[in-house]
Amino acid sequence: MIRRRTLIAGGAGLALAGCDRVIRQPEVRTILFKGEDMHRGLQRALSHRDALAPEFRPDQMSPRFRTNGTRDPGTPEYAALRAGRFADWRLTVDGHVARPLRLSLSDLGAFPQRAQITRHDCVEGWSAIGKWQGPRLGEVLKAAGVRDGARYIVFTCADLYGGAPYYESIDLVDAFHPQTILAWAMNDRFLDVGHGAPLRLRVERQLGYKHAKYLMRVTAVDSLAGIGKGRGGYWEDNVDYDWWAGI
Amino acid sequence: MRATVIRRHRLSTRVWHAVNAVSMFVLIGSGLGISNAHPRLYWGAYGANFDHAWATLPRFPAWITIPASYNLAISRRWHLFFALVLAFSLLAYLIVALVNRHIARDLRVRRRDLSPAHLAADARAHLALRFHDPEAPGAYNVLQKLSYVAVLFVLLPLVIVTGLALSPGMNAIWPWLLDLFGGRQSARSLHFIAMAAIAGFTVVHLAMVILAGPWNELRSIVTGRWRVPE
Repeated sequence: MIRRRTLIAGGAGLALAGCDRVIRQPEVRTILFKGEDMHRGLQRALSHRDALAPEFRPDQMSPRFRTNGTRDPGTPEYAALRAGRFADWRLTVDGHVARPLRLSLSDLGAFPQRAQITRHDCVEGWSAIGKWQGPRLGEVLKAAGVRDGARYIVFTCADLYGGAPYYESIDLVDAFHPQTILAWAMNDRFLDVGHGAPLRLRVERQLGYKHAKYLMRVTAVDSLAGIGKGRGGYWEDNVDYDWWAGI
Repeated sequence: MRATVIRRHRLSTRVWHAVNAVSMFVLIGSGLGISNAHPRLYWGAYGANFDHAWATLPRFPAWITIPASYNLAISRRWHLFFALVLAFSLLAYLIVALVNRHIARDLRVRRRDLSPAHLAADARAHLALRFHDPEAPGAYNVLQKLSYVAVLFVLLPLVIVTGLALSPGMNAIWPWLLDLFGGRQSARSLHFIAMAAIAGFTVVHLAMVILAGPWNELRSIVTGRWRVPE
């Protein structure tokens, strides 16, 4: 006997299963995924290019700032750098630039520094507030001389996902935003391994997965095609996360 | 004797109602899928594991989430696309309803509607399953007006702006939204509460449709034609 409740649940279930089936159609996927571009277009239209993410007072900071994603890259290369307290670590800046750079932590310390207490929003829904310090990415890119035609900045990391280095990318609007920094300090100490030592990206107007940890390389490119699966980041390539993570 | 049939719902109301029914269905299903990613609610500007959560939500089962199997990215794709549909269709509907005087004529709550005697009489009429004033059968009764006004002007705008307050990009554009709600995690909690209130309204709304005669009511929201009950 079919009870009424089963019938109602079954009806809703059928409609929901319909949603699951319909998303597998390439055309539907294309339309649905346009939501990302619409949100980006609307937000960019509403905002000043350099509109600042909210900053907080020291007493508003999270008592604990949880780690997630990779907590330790664990590769022999990373272990060696870590054992040497990152004295041998260098950040490569290359791609569409006039002067490719290889920067040590003290080189990065020579750039004008910015410190900011900001909120980190994980795509899953949790938030934490911490203090970050480092040079502006824009200053580093200016030193390297980003060439005309470059449209994106790609970040390659020391941690591996599926055998390949984790990577992320942002466009030049976010790369030259005043709060976009290469952070080597968190909460007034050198970054710990769980939070991305020795250097991580902070791109404050986007969700947490854009804030790549364990940075090794910053590359200016004209297109994201040919990098990974071409969608601009590990999660974007593999699990359909939005490339533009402003919402 | 022939039944009297009147034109009850304008085209704009019927179209918006249909768009809204679909977007609510998708938004609630995908929102519950997103909730499964971190089913804890906090008050204030931050909140994560180790922080105090005022509520720990259940894991929403596959038959109620979109997609059925846990997939945060696809839940977000559904949710953020239909968030635009919900927000802009509400905006369009409100403009049309202001211009064609639907709000002023049908939804305005008058002072005499709110007298305790009138409210009590309407509540008694509902309990007796009498939903229409024989003098003005097409008019909304006061409990209907109050619930529609609450959904249209309080709950839907609230669920939209608390949703916007969750966006780190919008936080840079309209930081006052965060101040208004007391921080991102408070906005997230209010977003969930507003959703629950809308879902509660929907259940009562559907129960009323069934009690008032489902075929007549369904026909009126699809075609606009409604048979006045004897």
